Amino acid sequence: MLDQNPQVIIDREVVANRWVRVVANEEGVVSVPSEGAVLLSYQYWLSKQEELTLRAAAGHAVAVCFAPDDEPESLPVAANHFVMIACDFPAFTDGRGFSIGRLLRERHGFTGELRAVGDVFKDTINYLSRSGFTAFDVRSDKDIVDAAKGLDDFTESYQSSVAQPLPLFRRRAVIA
Amino acid sequence: MYIYDEYDQQIVDQRVAQYRDQTQRFLAGELTEEQFRPLRLQNGLYIQRHAPMLRVAIPYGHVSSRQVRKLAEIARKYDKDYAHFTTRQNIQYNWPALENVPDILAELATVQMHAIQTSGNCIRNTTTDQFAGVAHDEIVDPRPWCEIIRQWSTFHPEFAHLPRKFKIAVNGSVEDRAAVLVHDIGINVVKNAAGEVGFEIYVGGGLGRTPIVGSLIKPWLEPEHLLSYLDAVLRVYNRYGRRDNKYKARIKILVKAMTPEAFGAKVDQEWAFTKNGPMTLTQDEIARNQQYFTAPAYEVFTGDDAEFLRQKLESKGFSRWLERNVFAHKQAGYAAVTLSLKPNGVAPGDASSSQLDAVADLADQYSFGELRVSHQQNLILADVKQSDLLALWEAAKAIGFATPNIGLLTDVICCPGGDFCSLANAKSIPIALAIQDRFDNLDYLHDLGEIDMNMSGCMNACGHHHIGNIGILGVDKNGSEWYQVSLGGRQGKGASLAKVLGPSFAQDEMPDVIEKIINVFVANRNGEESFIDLFDRIGAEPFKAKVYEGKPNRREKADA
Repeated sequence: MLDQNPQVIIDREVVANRWVRVVANEEGVVSVPSEGAVLLSYQYWLSKQEELTLRAAAGHAVAVCFAPDDEPESLPVAANHFVMIACDFPAFTDGRGFSIGRLLRERHGFTGELRAVGDVFKDTINYLSRSGFTAFDVRSDKDIVDAAKGLDDFTESYQSSVAQPLPLFRRRAVIA
Repeated sequence: MYIYDEYDQQIVDQRVAQYRDQTQRFLAGELTEEQFRPLRLQNGLYIQRHAPMLRVAIPYGHVSSRQVRKLAEIARKYDKDYAHFTTRQNIQYNWPALENVPDILAELATVQMHAIQTSGNCIRNTTTDQFAGVAHDEIVDPRPWCEIIRQWSTFHPEFAHLPRKFKIAVNGSVEDRAAVLVHDIGINVVKNAAGEVGFEIYVGGGLGRTPIVGSLIKPWLEPEHLLSYLDAVLRVYNRYGRRDNKYKARIKILVKAMTPEAFGAKVDQEWAFTKNGPMTLTQDEIARNQQYFTAPAYEVFTGDDAEFLRQKLESKGFSRWLERNVFAHKQAGYAAVTLSLKPNGVAPGDASSSQLDAVADLADQYSFGELRVSHQQNLILADVKQSDLLALWEAAKAIGFATPNIGLLTDVICCPGGDFCSLANAKSIPIALAIQDRFDNLDYLHDLGEIDMNMSGCMNACGHHHIGNIGILGVDKNGSEWYQVSLGGRQGKGASLAKVLGPSFAQDEMPDVIEKIINVFVANRNGEESFIDLFDRIGAEPFKAKVYEGKPNRREKADA
């Protein structure tokens, strides 16, 4: 089954979504279209790694989507093998994706587009952005333009994060 | 106490704006109830039996007279003229209107207060010893560390949606008055042989449905690594804690399943990546926080005040209050005073707006304008001159806060229970009141000595019933309210969990049951032996025999 919201937020801008998310149908079968940019589950990609790498090499982009219980530590290739990595939030209250995002950025050096998909809306994207996400596939039942404003709910924070590696106390010290 | 700078204020102000927007979108139907629920909970707003309940944070229990006056004003303006102090050193309003909450938050922000993370599956208010900074047995003042933890835990981007709520307590004294062993993370601030400060880190303690004492996973942590280590613990929990069953989602279940050794090793493995990183505390930051917790401008006395010693001998009522409600201070000529919020006939922990105003005046007059809230739901004036104690006692009596029962049977720790809380199986306040009423004779009460009685209206154990010498738990049996009694719990360094005595009792039986328990204690007591010492000596059997005497042998299985 294919799933695609027409628009996403990337680097603070609302833009057209070039990625089609491919998920298993009711029989559990994944049918990957031969052309176009596709977002596949990380587990599916692991199982078809060779052919999907060939597909990507032929100019048809492949991105992977981490489920909450997938582990970035299990990546058999460098994270930067991918131009885009997504994390799925089946429910926004499942916070594992925040850790996955930070690990991909801070430990696996991922520099491409990190996208949050699933139960993503205005009230989650400030934390997501601080955890390293730069793209937000907002729920189709929400106003994406209003959701983007959530990025600026907070403009200051205490902790070290992907968006601001220096915790406030290191910046306060500089000021004082 | 800690004073906000422009950054702290900006963060709290932006939270008010964010929450106002969330409330408006909820009221406009743009956020569903299911979406709004976790959002409002992270801001301390529950929807309860009769109305919403708003829990306001009092970080590690410290509050100024100015803030208390604001709390009183809010109670008057938005609630039914009273508020309730909780077992997490916070304060709750039981009747605010949902649409008024943004305005309440805006008012709180003007006095550097908020409701951030007072509920929800996130890191909650860090708690500590109510006598921090003044206790005669203090090793290290824990408050600067509490404040450092408060800032780290406030809007932590990675840990806003944990498997379950997460509670941290810090203790810096010989005696543990912060109950660190029954917290998700418990921290003892200690000194080594060389006099250097460090931390002992316990994880996986907790009450609730599966009560368990925490395990020591890091016997010595250097102060500068506190936050990177906490990040590592939380990351392991956030990734691997159970999310399939809310009753098995606390960190204690993960620690138990992995074993504390394996959990500690996993944390170390994670920590190895971030240790010495940007979250390593700087000496400047530690010093910046310490400067807010220096001693106030004490007058210098060489010893006890002579006039005070004379007054003490003159009045039995005064000396009894001194014995129960006044705690030894590290500064000569000073004392720490506990104002009892457990007078007979009032729900434990409740205070009216006029009492709050009066207490703020007492703080200004006698204790440098500051107050503390204890997890036993009382208020503390931490820095009172001995020569002021008599006047303070008279003033506290006038507002009903001088009941000399601290640590005694009627100093009941009690959750709001079924009168207010939608989670509760049973009411807790009427039981507390009935027991207070039964044991109204102060002489008798004092003769009984220290007995911790803790009561919760359900398994969530907000009233900490597992660590009461006498614990009472409200249970639901076929739609009616029953009470299960357990004995032998204790808090502090030798924390242990109480064991259930047997089948539960109906509400009207409870005062008799407690009286029988007390009678067994009195009949078997050696001299001044405390209740808990006697229980350790004679065990549960004599209590069981008396309490269930003449009762038909019900085959009901006791809930654990």
